[in-house]
Amino acid sequence: MRKSETRQRQRPTADTRRATAGAVSHRVHWLDRLRAWGRHHRQEAGISLGKLLRQPFASMMTLLVIAIALALPALLYVVLNNVSQLSGEVGQSTRISVYLKDSVEEAEGESLAFELSRDATWHDVRYISKEQALKEFQALSGLKDVLAGLDENPLPAAIVLEPGRQLGPLEAQQQLSKLQALPEVEQAELDLQWVQRLHAILDIAKRVVVALSGLFGVAVLLVVGNTIRLAIESRREEIVVIKLVGGTDAYVRRPFLYTGLWFGLYGGLLAWGLVSMALFWLEQPVTALGSLYQSSFALAGLDAEATLILISGAVLLGILGAWLAVGRHLTAIQPT
Amino acid sequence: MIRFDQVSKRYPGGHQALSAVSFAIRRGEMAFLTGHSGAGKSTLLKLIMLMERPTAGQVFIGEQNLNHLPASQIPYLRRRIGVVFQNHQLLFDRSVFENVAVPLHISGYDQHDIGRRVRAALDKVGLLNKEKLNPIALSGGEQQRVGIARAIVNKPAVILADEPTGNLDPELSAEIMRLFEQFNQVGVTMLIASHDLRLIARMHHRVLTLQNGRVSQDAQV
Repeated sequence: MRKSETRQRQRPTADTRRATAGAVSHRVHWLDRLRAWGRHHRQEAGISLGKLLRQPFASMMTLLVIAIALALPALLYVVLNNVSQLSGEVGQSTRISVYLKDSVEEAEGESLAFELSRDATWHDVRYISKEQALKEFQALSGLKDVLAGLDENPLPAAIVLEPGRQLGPLEAQQQLSKLQALPEVEQAELDLQWVQRLHAILDIAKRVVVALSGLFGVAVLLVVGNTIRLAIESRREEIVVIKLVGGTDAYVRRPFLYTGLWFGLYGGLLAWGLVSMALFWLEQPVTALGSLYQSSFALAGLDAEATLILISGAVLLGILGAWLAVGRHLTAIQPT
Repeated sequence: MIRFDQVSKRYPGGHQALSAVSFAIRRGEMAFLTGHSGAGKSTLLKLIMLMERPTAGQVFIGEQNLNHLPASQIPYLRRRIGVVFQNHQLLFDRSVFENVAVPLHISGYDQHDIGRRVRAALDKVGLLNKEKLNPIALSGGEQQRVGIARAIVNKPAVILADEPTGNLDPELSAEIMRLFEQFNQVGVTMLIASHDLRLIARMHHRVLTLQNGRVSQDAQV
C-alpha cells in the first residue's frame, strides 16, 4: 500500500487541487473553458430558439399572451402621449378672446386691435368681424341652414390675442382684467382653465398607465414563468443526468434563461407590431377629426426611445420570469 | 482514495441506512460492495457522489473531506467521479455519441477534443460503429456500455458502479466486469456495488459486505 501511494505522489500533476482528488489527465485550459462557455451560450441560444420554432402553435399562443399584455399599456401610453402633446400645443398659446360690445363699429374694433398689437406682450392680434365669425361658424358647425334662417347675426365681433411667450397664471389674470376694463369690451375670456384641468386629468391617467404597466408586467412574468416551468418538467431526465455528471446550476439554468429571452424578445416585437397596427387603424379617423378642428395634428407612434424601452423591457421580463421559474423548480429536481 | 470514517446515515423518517461505517479504498484498487437489498449499498455510493450528506462521520475523496465541500463545488467533485447506473440514465432524445459527450460539454472541452475523446471511449466499450444510433435502438448490454463510455469519457480517477449488471445475463455481466478490470489495470479506482455473489467470487478482488447498514465483512476473495 505504502509503495503504491508513494508512486502516485511522485506522478507529476500540474493542478494540485485536482490532484488531491486524483484526477490526472483531466485539465482543461481556462481559455478553452471560456471558449466552451461562449460556445454553450451560442448553442443554447440556438437550440432554445429551435425548440420554440418547432412548436409554432404552442409558442405562438404564449407569445400572443405576452404581446397583448405588453401592447395594452404601450397603446395607452401612446394615446396619452398624443393627448398631452395636443394639449401642450393648445396650452402653449394661452389665447385670450375678447368679445366686443355690439355697439362697437367695425372700424373702431379694427383700430382697437391695431392699438393692442403695439403692446409687445402680444405676438398676434386678430380682429374677427361679426360676418367673419358667422362664416367660420357656418363652415365648422355645418348649421348653415339654421343660421341662414336667423334674422340677424347673433355672433359678436371679437379680437383674438396670442401672447409671444407663455404667460404665467397670475400674469394672464392681470392681462385679462386689463382687457376686461376697456370700454369696448363686453367680455374677455382666457382659454386656459380647461387646459389646466386636462393636465390634471392627464397626470392621473399617466399614473394609471404606470400602474397598469406594472400589473401587465407581472402578468408577463407569470406567463413566462409558467411556460418555463413546463419546459423544465419536460426536460427533467436530462436535468438529472446533467447534474449527475457534474453540470453546474448555471449550466442547467442557461437554456431556460435563453428560452425566456426569446419569449421576451419576440413577445416585445409582436407587441410593437400590435401597437403599430392599432395606430395605423386609428390614423385616418384621427386625421379627419383633426381637419375638422383645422388642425394638422398627426398621430405620433412609438418613438425610438419608447420602442427601445418596450423591447428591452420585454426581454428583461422574459429573462426574469425564466430566472424565477428556474430558481424555484430546478432545486426541486435532484438525482436520487 | 475513498475513505469512510465512522459514517452514519439516517434518512428523515427514521430509517437508519448506514451505522458507523469505516473503510478505505486505496488509489488504484478495485473493490466490490455487496449485501442484501436495503443493506445500504446505494446510500454508500450516494454519499460519495454527494447526492446525500452523512448524518455523522466523514467521507474523504483523496484528501478532500466531503463534509467541508460547499454545495457550489459538488458539480466539480462529480466531474472527477465516473458513475455507472443500473438503469443507465441515458437520454433517448439524442444519439449515442451525444450521450457520451454530455460530461465533456459540461466540462468545457473543445469541439475537436470532444470528438476524439468520445470515440476513444466508445472504442473501449466496443460501440464505435454505433455512435450515430439512438440508444433506444440498442440492446440492454449495449445501453449499459454506452453508460460506461459516458462514465469514463472524462478519464476520472474513480469509477462507481451501482448494480451495473443488474439487468444483464451472466455472459454480458462477465463482459462488463472484464471492462471494469481493464480500467482498473490503467490505475482507475473502482467501487462496484453488486449482489451477484457468484460473479464477484470469480473476480478475486476485495469484497466489502454490508449488513443492516454495517460492514460485516471486508475480505480479499
